[in-house]
Amino acid sequence: MLETIDLSLVNWSRAQFALTAMYHWVFVPLTLGLAVIIAIMETLYVKTGDVEWKKITKFWMTLFGINFAIGVATGIILEFEFGTNWSNYSWFVGDIFGAPLAIEGIFAFFMESTFIAVMFFGWNKVSKKVHLTATWLTAFGASLSALWILVANAWMQNPVGMHFNPETVRNEMINFWEVLFSPTAIYKFLHTITSGFVLAGVFVIGISSWFLLKKREVVFARKSIVVAAVFGIVSSIYLAFTGDSSARDIAQNQPMKFAAFEGLYNGSEGAGLIAMGFMSTTETDPSNENLLDFNMKIEIPNILSYMAYMDWNAFVPGINDLIDGNEKYGYMSADEKIERGKVAMAKLKAFKEAKDQDNEQLAERLKTEFMDPDFQQNYFSYFGYGYLTDKNMLIPNVPLSFYSFHVMVGLGFYFIVFFCFALFYALKGRLEQKRKFLRLAIWSIPMAYLASQAGWIVAEVGRQPWVIQDLMPTVAAVTKISSSAVQTTFWLFAIIFTLLLIAELKIMFRQIKIGPKMDGGQH
Amino acid sequence: MFENLSYLALQQYWWVIISLLGALFVFLTFVQGGQTLLYTIGKTPNERTMLVNTLGRKWEFTFTTLVTFGGAFFASFPLFYATSFGGAYWVWIAILFFFVIQAVSYEFRTKPGNFLGRKTYEAFLFLNGAFGTILIGTAVGTFFNGAEFSLNDMNNVHWETPYRGLEAVLTFHNVALGLSVFFLARVLGALYFMNSVDSAMVLERSKRQVLLNAIPFLVVFLYFLIYLLLKDGFAYNAEGVYIEKYKYLNNLLELPVVAVLLLLGVVGVLYGIAVALLKKSTSGIWFAGGGTVLTVFALFLIAGLNGTAFYPSAFELQDSLTIENASSSHFTLKVMSYASLGVPVVIAYIWWVWKAMNSKKIDEAEMQDEDSHAY
Repeated sequence: MLETIDLSLVNWSRAQFALTAMYHWVFVPLTLGLAVIIAIMETLYVKTGDVEWKKITKFWMTLFGINFAIGVATGIILEFEFGTNWSNYSWFVGDIFGAPLAIEGIFAFFMESTFIAVMFFGWNKVSKKVHLTATWLTAFGASLSALWILVANAWMQNPVGMHFNPETVRNEMINFWEVLFSPTAIYKFLHTITSGFVLAGVFVIGISSWFLLKKREVVFARKSIVVAAVFGIVSSIYLAFTGDSSARDIAQNQPMKFAAFEGLYNGSEGAGLIAMGFMSTTETDPSNENLLDFNMKIEIPNILSYMAYMDWNAFVPGINDLIDGNEKYGYMSADEKIERGKVAMAKLKAFKEAKDQDNEQLAERLKTEFMDPDFQQNYFSYFGYGYLTDKNMLIPNVPLSFYSFHVMVGLGFYFIVFFCFALFYALKGRLEQKRKFLRLAIWSIPMAYLASQAGWIVAEVGRQPWVIQDLMPTVAAVTKISSSAVQTTFWLFAIIFTLLLIAELKIMFRQIKIGPKMDGGQH
Repeated sequence: MFENLSYLALQQYWWVIISLLGALFVFLTFVQGGQTLLYTIGKTPNERTMLVNTLGRKWEFTFTTLVTFGGAFFASFPLFYATSFGGAYWVWIAILFFFVIQAVSYEFRTKPGNFLGRKTYEAFLFLNGAFGTILIGTAVGTFFNGAEFSLNDMNNVHWETPYRGLEAVLTFHNVALGLSVFFLARVLGALYFMNSVDSAMVLERSKRQVLLNAIPFLVVFLYFLIYLLLKDGFAYNAEGVYIEKYKYLNNLLELPVVAVLLLLGVVGVLYGIAVALLKKSTSGIWFAGGGTVLTVFALFLIAGLNGTAFYPSAFELQDSLTIENASSSHFTLKVMSYASLGVPVVIAYIWWVWKAMNSKKIDEAEMQDEDSHAY
């Protein structure tokens, strides 16, 4: 059942997926947020009839179009990569995972791609109101597409609404609404989408600030900043709340991820939150290079317990508790889970053999045992652990998770303050004098991208080794192909995406330099 | 309304949807075909700009249909998704690559500072048009000729050649389908130019291209079709998968509605070509396009319905995929069937937008107007 695992293949396949996902995520958040900002601007144009708003709308639309195209280019790879590089995964959970992808295509992609044509080419072909509707529908389509793909991703982090069918050797959906409305999916969607809104807000303010520094297009820049700052304040506050809910969800469903991004090795009651910390390169445990000590840390007592369980004194398990087990607080050791996973696998194998030998009676008995709720609860829930050969495989990259999480959260709070200042200065009419702030605004753009990427690193690196939490590790999900084939395609995509990214940036910079035109830019 | 349908009925329903998506995709490859004709039909930069712009308003439909085709296949027949995409790795990666380079090319082509230069993006469009169509056609050819894979007890795929799907080009019948799609896309592209661009020169040259591409299209397509109807096919019953003589011809005889669709489709394509060449009509695209949808739809149907294994394994016959052993669970198909009820709404708004955007033919004056977002 389990064949020789080529770790180099797994790592290259992961690298390729990470590469394509991270490139895709360079473009998507801006699409998500800018679409809404543009729709708000065009609404102001239609409401007020002020052509300045049309000029503003069209300028941001130009940048949106450039960004959208490359987002589409990087997106197609991701969808098909589930099949090309994770084919075992595609069968094992395709019954559940495929549905949101198909629905995304049918409803969201078509909405986006149909109405984007009206948005760009329809100015003189349809009425103002129809055009505005098309712009809102494009924005809505983008967010809808995010919903479905995030429902799919959330399901991988917290698989619900399904059961395992030993006959077909796969997981099958039994409750669609549980998949769609799983709290993990809701928080993930809200948190991710608002992160895109925040990034777009920072982007609009940053670029508008450049115009103000150059003393060009002052009215355009001020108006853009007001819209982006109001939008940004609302989004960034909401982002913080959804982040908090997401963290609680992770503490419940993915305690190892939670411990990793908090750098919590030994659990405790009333656990403190490390607000800031630097890890040393010293290993605390020679058997595991992931477990590094802190050289310096600023810890706020009890906060972590509250964050995870809404109880100041709750016990939060650390990495060691999750690996070695902690009887007092009811955490099973990793070795025990691995054993139980192997028991579940052995029973499945025995069932398959009985089927192959046409021993229907034995097969029926084994199936009944396998499907017994107690067996499901106590053994099958650890099925994925059966693939693991070493308990330390269960620990994700702690420094990467820790730093990414802290960078993301720190910047998230920074953006709230940033938007407030932007709005304050804009309303006071003092933006042009605040040249340091304007410069900071430009530098905030890369920070928004950094925070955005860090968020996905937390989500995806933090859940390693799992593709589907507790059910399937990456080693079992990967397509069996030569690692050199994946290396080749990795570099192929790395080169083409990098070339396209350079092209995109050059075109963007040039369009920004050209600036808004009364007629609406180069389009 | 889907509650009472049997598992098999839902599997068939989804095969019909997949077939329809595949058929619509092939029709929409007029964008790809048009991309390969940019320099043949557009002799001046202005003409090429018009051609790029008229295609540029449609390319996303083709792209999105491809993505939806993939998503719907994944949701309804995940074992195919896992087996073919993971197995025939190189073929699918190549197809994806040629679509990635298309997606940016319209937007980036004439933008200042576009780094790779206008010619590169035009070359990307050409490559997408040529290889995108040929490779997809060749890959679909394996639905009729089989592929070299086996499945283990976890239903995990093992590809039995190191070429990972590229060996499909060694079967000429597969390639004939690839070339058919390629030449058909060019015919459709030229017909679309005739219909959507207001320029006498473009009209004249497009017409010529319809003729020049219709001839090789008919040769390879008729070869493909006749060979298909005369060859052995991959049938299955409760006992397993077996080879049946004239399987695809039998399917047409046993499913007369499909035979009629195929016939109507072929006639539609021929009529569309004929009115463009003989009657100076610019609406050939609608006949040929409709005919394409019907023809491809019928071909997909006989590949998977009536007890036919739609993705046969030439290596291990019993591992062949059928709509019954490769499908999602009864529950998921039911859920997805409810989702499919939204498709008419999607088609309705696409139709409305298409009409609104193509109400007036594209001309040089429009290209000068910045509000028209000229690519």
